[in-house]
Amino acid sequence: MAEIKALKLAFDVPGANFDRAGEASAKLKRTLQQVGVPAEVIRRVAIGSYEGEINLIIHAGGGQLQAEIYPDHTRVIVSDQGPGIPDVKEAMQEGYSTASEEARAMGFGAGMGLPNMYNCADAFEIQSKVGWGTIITMDFKHQDR
Amino acid sequence: MTLLEVVQALDAEILYGQTLLDRELETCCGSDLMSDVLAFTKRNTLLCTGMTNIQVVRTADMTDLGGLVIVRGKRPPASFLEEAEAEKLPVLATKHTMFETCGILYACGLKGCSVKE
Repeated sequence: MAEIKALKLAFDVPGANFDRAGEASAKLKRTLQQVGVPAEVIRRVAIGSYEGEINLIIHAGGGQLQAEIYPDHTRVIVSDQGPGIPDVKEAMQEGYSTASEEARAMGFGAGMGLPNMYNCADAFEIQSKVGWGTIITMDFKHQDR
Repeated sequence: MTLLEVVQALDAEILYGQTLLDRELETCCGSDLMSDVLAFTKRNTLLCTGMTNIQVVRTADMTDLGGLVIVRGKRPPASFLEEAEAEKLPVLATKHTMFETCGILYACGLKGCSVKE
């Protein structure tokens, strides 16, 4: 059986630069539109990816956003070598936030990012260790819910 | 409710979107918190906000919003409108406060993005 190759995208997300926050997710969104993924699915991928991008900027001093687009699903990997999350369970709670005043002034840091990523994705995995960084993997099936 | 009806109800100025006034909006959201817009809106929602930073346009793009109303007589910077134009995202400005804007649109029959269906 022929191996199914993914269309892979990778972006470096610079830290502490809100002006550019969302550029990588916007490019991912355009690519998904070009390959004909359903609009409702693209919206969930874009939101999950954008929340991840914002988190890289607010919390991690930047990082990487990668996407692998397969015929039946898209995988988004958000990774950084930032401070890590001491208590992932606590960070996953709606409303829990350690965001800066600057982030809040831009309308973010309400403690909805991780829960929203979890809700948007069909599968969500987070690995984090203090002093090592964080890797979040989200899978999105190419079918409406 | 069409965008043109929103313009008329709010006595709003069209900052971008003159050719998109027949766009039909299904729901409306009033928020300055982009985190909540990302979590609670639906496609084709009209967002009323007092925020004028570029992240409002990016959030609108990611969530497939139908249009923006900038409240309290505020003016977004040129870069905001340039990006809105690139995304074909209509931007209106009204002198009404957030509370008044939401009240007027609700009275016109526009529905909110209820958390529970």
